[in-house]
Amino acid sequence: MFRRSEATDCIILWGGAEIPARAGEPLAAALLAAGITRFRATLPSAAPRGPYCMMGACFDCVVTVDGEAGRQACMVAVTPGMSATP
Amino acid sequence: MKADVLVLGAGPAGISAALEARAQGLSVLLLDENSRPGGQVHRGAKASAAGPGAEQAHAGAALAARLATSGVDCRFGAVLWAIEPGPTAFFSEAGMARKAEAGQIILASGTIERAVPIPGWTLPGVMGVGAAQILLKSAGLLPEGRVWLAGQGPLLWLYAAQALARGGAIAGIIDMSTHQPRAFGHLPMALLAPGYLARGLSWMRMVRARVPVIRTRRFSAQGDGRLEKLVIGNQTHAADILLLHDGVVPNTQVTRAIQGFSHRFRAGAWEPEADEYGRSNIAGILVAGDGGGVFGAEAAALSGRIAALQAAHALGRFGAEQRNALAGPLMMQRARQRAPRRFLDALFPPLPPPSDDVMLCRCEEVSAGRVRQAVGLGCQGTNQLKAFTRAGMGPCQGRVCGPLLHAAVAQARGAAPEDVAPLRTRFPTKPLTLGELAALAE
Repeated sequence: MFRRSEATDCIILWGGAEIPARAGEPLAAALLAAGITRFRATLPSAAPRGPYCMMGACFDCVVTVDGEAGRQACMVAVTPGMSATP
Repeated sequence: MKADVLVLGAGPAGISAALEARAQGLSVLLLDENSRPGGQVHRGAKASAAGPGAEQAHAGAALAARLATSGVDCRFGAVLWAIEPGPTAFFSEAGMARKAEAGQIILASGTIERAVPIPGWTLPGVMGVGAAQILLKSAGLLPEGRVWLAGQGPLLWLYAAQALARGGAIAGIIDMSTHQPRAFGHLPMALLAPGYLARGLSWMRMVRARVPVIRTRRFSAQGDGRLEKLVIGNQTHAADILLLHDGVVPNTQVTRAIQGFSHRFRAGAWEPEADEYGRSNIAGILVAGDGGGVFGAEAAALSGRIAALQAAHALGRFGAEQRNALAGPLMMQRARQRAPRRFLDALFPPLPPPSDDVMLCRCEEVSAGRVRQAVGLGCQGTNQLKAFTRAGMGPCQGRVCGPLLHAAVAQARGAAPEDVAPLRTRFPTKPLTLGELAALAE
């Protein structure tokens, strides 16, 4: 997987569970650093998907952030206490 | 909102265009979807950077520092979703849609990694090499443990070198390149900018000394619900991250949505058609940087400045003679920076379309076999393919699968790639909420 080379400075929630993060980093990076790879399910077959491009192109990291659905986790900057769900 | 020049994209081309336009006394609005300047190549660039890729980071940090005091109206976190004749741009920021009328628009949209469809590439845990480099630059994430790289091209070796230099670990590299003896005909030209090749070779040497490299195209990613292993020939390796790379292609999502905008097929990809100043066939719209054809960050920065000089000329700041006098030396520098590209393009031609069982469209889950079947039924092009299979109609709007569908249709038809039109796109090119749109009425 990936390991952090810089210290975390806040906590965010993923499906209600606390994970450490750095304010300002992409939400998708915080989730991947916590070992989470499954972000969304496809419409045709509910197959699992995780981030592929990290730059707003693939839409495979789409999650719900603070109640707003359809957010690209790679383009959302972490704020302390942010709450996201698949 | 009004500006003399609107620049889309704050990478090397966009920042350079914005700075040059300001230097010529123009008002400039610079939009970028990210929260900071730099684009992908200069993302998080620090003046203190050391090790592989440091030269680019220094250039990026210098550009960002100049931008901060330039008087350019920078809008980060701004998502452009339409361009109409005028030219007029529509974008969203902070949950509100906005309209900007510009004298000239410079599109510096950059590139997207060319996707690498191998068996199992849709599993969570399989990503682009460029994606992992973004994780490194934006969050300091390093590969560790069972991380594999596969594909071809300079970025693969640069990322591996950067990750190792910073203490990361890579389990192995699958080199998918094949010998391209004809590429060496372009080598003398490439040696006009010898630094490029020397840097690339030093990254490869450093990486090969520390990571096992297997040269093959026959392997698959497997796992239940996420990547668990790589099967290479008759060998199985545990894996939890696989990073794929096959070069980058111009991001033409916006230009393809503009009615009548001409594109051309070059170096294995569609790019907007533009002249040496960046002028497209659409009034008031210029393209700059790798979004107009991939030549690297240094050439991109120069083309940004050249496009800004053309914009200043078009807006009446000076005549053609002064434009030529200012742009001429920049064009000579740009030609030198572009010199290695034909060699690299010939060395790493795009990987061929995969076998029938491999997915091409990740969103709608359309395999290469279904694309070939559609062509067998009479489907002639990528846009018709949507009606046959829904390929390219999912959330990514063809950003990832577009080049793959195009190559597969061309191959199945036995047609030249330039004779198969690319996917058309439609505005809004990024998701737009009704709430955002309502703000336009105010």
